[in-house]
Amino acid sequence: MSATASIEAHAPGAVGSPALRQAAVLTGALAVWGLVYWSLPAVAEWLTTSILGLSRPKPLGAAVEFFLFEVPKVLLLLTPVVFVVGVVRSFFTPERTRRVLARRREAVGGVLAALLGVVTPFCSCSAVPLFVGFVTTGVPLGVTFSFLVSAPMVNEVALALLFALFGWKVAALYAGTGLAVAIVAGTVIGRLRLEGWVEPWVFAVKPRGERPAEETLHWPDRIGAGREAVREIVARVWPYVVAGIAVGASIHGYVPQSFMASFMGRDAWWSVPLAVLIGIPLYSNAAGIVPIVQALLGKGAALGTVLAFMMAVIGLSLPEMVILRKVLTVRLIAVFVAVVGTGILFVGYLFNLVL
Amino acid sequence: MEIKVLGPGCANCKRLYQEAERAVAQSGFAATLTKVESIEEIASFGILRTPGLAIDGQVVASGRIPLAPEIVTMITTAAAKA
Repeated sequence: MSATASIEAHAPGAVGSPALRQAAVLTGALAVWGLVYWSLPAVAEWLTTSILGLSRPKPLGAAVEFFLFEVPKVLLLLTPVVFVVGVVRSFFTPERTRRVLARRREAVGGVLAALLGVVTPFCSCSAVPLFVGFVTTGVPLGVTFSFLVSAPMVNEVALALLFALFGWKVAALYAGTGLAVAIVAGTVIGRLRLEGWVEPWVFAVKPRGERPAEETLHWPDRIGAGREAVREIVARVWPYVVAGIAVGASIHGYVPQSFMASFMGRDAWWSVPLAVLIGIPLYSNAAGIVPIVQALLGKGAALGTVLAFMMAVIGLSLPEMVILRKVLTVRLIAVFVAVVGTGILFVGYLFNLVL
Repeated sequence: MEIKVLGPGCANCKRLYQEAERAVAQSGFAATLTKVESIEEIASFGILRTPGLAIDGQVVASGRIPLAPEIVTMITTAAAKA
């Protein structure tokens, strides 16, 4: 009887609820994903040796196999993470974050701001309206800076990739130290009372009209937000990933083992400042830099140096400084870079010493 | 009716402008459509994310790109309130 009952329930006329259908599609996608993912090492090896006829121990073969394995692997890992993050982010809007931060004392506010920076959607083109919007509605300057440091640097794509490639400990380390740098930098800048070094027009802004009402979202919208995030982010980021992996593959194939140790290893004390100095003007998003980091680590670079390099690249970038020049005087930008750079330096040394 | 697209010139802002143009044409209302690129003026609207859309000085969307049909609805609602 139960068999016929279930057949009737699935008759074409009876429509399962949209939520159930969405769940079924997601489960199916997950199964396909799992199959492809587990088959990757074998397929990469087969393509390199049988189809392209390359010898794996040789540099070219090693580089090609690395590339063929890593590109689909990273993209496969990136997609579900970006999706989940897209859904999580639909719960946190900058408007809500601002409301949370507006009336906090600086100590609590700094910690909250850094934490919220991780989950609040942030794109560097919005840095200016966000800065003005925060500062003119009572969010203290130091707290705003804590947010501005953690938002780009403790980036969910970076965390996801670190987790996928190195395990949860490295990802947690990066997140923890990134938050610490954000909180300390914000606190220091707040204490220095540098409001006078913000461009004057910022404080003269008179908000007009009512605040836009916050829109309430339901689950189908949130799933849509996840899918939109995948479409937007993965489509934008995949060239960087491929480029990063290509560089990583060349390092993997052609650089002799332990070559990196000679100048990025633990004993070269000057490697951390050098890594930070090189990283600051460079700009890459997280997806491009993590494969490079993986290759560097594989060749003997010290973890602290490499983490510092990564933070310097994605946390402080020349394009971001140019954008912030609209709201901050050059002096304040210099202080900002110096404080954050010092924090990153400290992190680098700490982990080279401890690990 | 004054419609303003707020954005410093990134790709999303351009897309929003195109959608707004289409919406104004579809709605049949007489409206002036301008693109605001000056950072100071954008900030004065109080939005935290670009691109933004404002009708007669009131922000109706920020941080996303509503498509032309949705903008048409916004225009008609604003016209009814006037």
